[in-house]
Amino acid sequence: MEFISNLSSIHLDILKEIGNIGAGHAATALSKLLNKKIDMQVPHVKIVTFDEMMELSGGADHVVAAVFLRIEGEAPGSMFFVLPPEQATVFIRQMIGDEEFTFDQLAESELATSALQELGNILSGSYLSSLSDFTGLALYPSVPALSVDMVGAIISFGLIELSQVSDYAIVIDTALNEDDVEISESVRGHFFLLPDPDSFHIIFESLGVRDNG
Amino acid sequence: MDEKVEIIKVGIADMNVVSAPNRIRTSGLGSCVGVVIYDQLKEIAGLVHIMLPDSSLSKAGTMNHAKYADTGVKELVKKLVQLGARPSMLKAKIAGGAQMFQFSNTSDMMRIGPRNVEAVKRELTELKIAIMAEDVGGNSGRTIEFCPKSRILHIRTVNKGTQEW
Repeated sequence: MEFISNLSSIHLDILKEIGNIGAGHAATALSKLLNKKIDMQVPHVKIVTFDEMMELSGGADHVVAAVFLRIEGEAPGSMFFVLPPEQATVFIRQMIGDEEFTFDQLAESELATSALQELGNILSGSYLSSLSDFTGLALYPSVPALSVDMVGAIISFGLIELSQVSDYAIVIDTALNEDDVEISESVRGHFFLLPDPDSFHIIFESLGVRDNG
Repeated sequence: MDEKVEIIKVGIADMNVVSAPNRIRTSGLGSCVGVVIYDQLKEIAGLVHIMLPDSSLSKAGTMNHAKYADTGVKELVKKLVQLGARPSMLKAKIAGGAQMFQFSNTSDMMRIGPRNVEAVKRELTELKIAIMAEDVGGNSGRTIEFCPKSRILHIRTVNKGTQEW
């Protein structure tokens, strides 16, 4: 694919920095919201097949809670904040102040659903506004939508734009978790930023780097 | 009767074929549509995991036939015929095409699930393949598994568990 094969290591570093800045701000927001230390991993920028994309968050069958939003404006794209049920439960408990809450109750509890949606809203909003400041591009988030379902069913929706031009996705992936909790890789929260194919050169140009490196 | 049953997995925008006693499965269908086409007497079946309705949407240089409804269904039938299936005996079962997220502005891209379903049905009608069962639409992800011997399509969703179609 043309736009992928044209990427140099400088481009990948820029994308990594975008993940760093965006998720850094989001982690700060999360930390303030929960009044806890939040640990953020160094972002990964990966060029993956669609199937590998599903594997990044536990496999197509794996059930997750995900907040999805479309980025509109000068550099459109899709963004996901994906939480495994264990981590989502912990966050919801803290936000609504109910230690008895279990993940099964999510569908019936309007309060818990709204809390989780607001969490996604705040985090993706701070990710996006820092990205907008960094690049000087006007980026507007759509209203975030929440879904609890299989990874494959959720993530594939964000791949639709991309799938018309490519069989690969460039994903900027940053993992977050609470600092004091020993946690396995599979229960981390993930940010996935998936710029639309045409958005890459707009992002690079906004930072003064030319497409062909 | 201890023959080993293998489950063939089909990824996203991918296709494969299987013969009894083996089964074929694809995971996490959202707006995508899983199309199972089978020849009941020969006990062979194929599955394609379709992402987009129409190959004319493609702006890619290389063409992945399994990604689109129009090319995916045709290609799958071709593969089945090569395996010995008789075109006139083929039947289909379909699942997927959900709308995973509800947005106020319903642009064409947001309606991708229903559009995929329409495109698959149009293609099957054109090839005169009858649809024996369909579980489409809604807003849940589905994992499907087909057994060519029993011709049962097992559909699993997060909220409703496994159902047989």
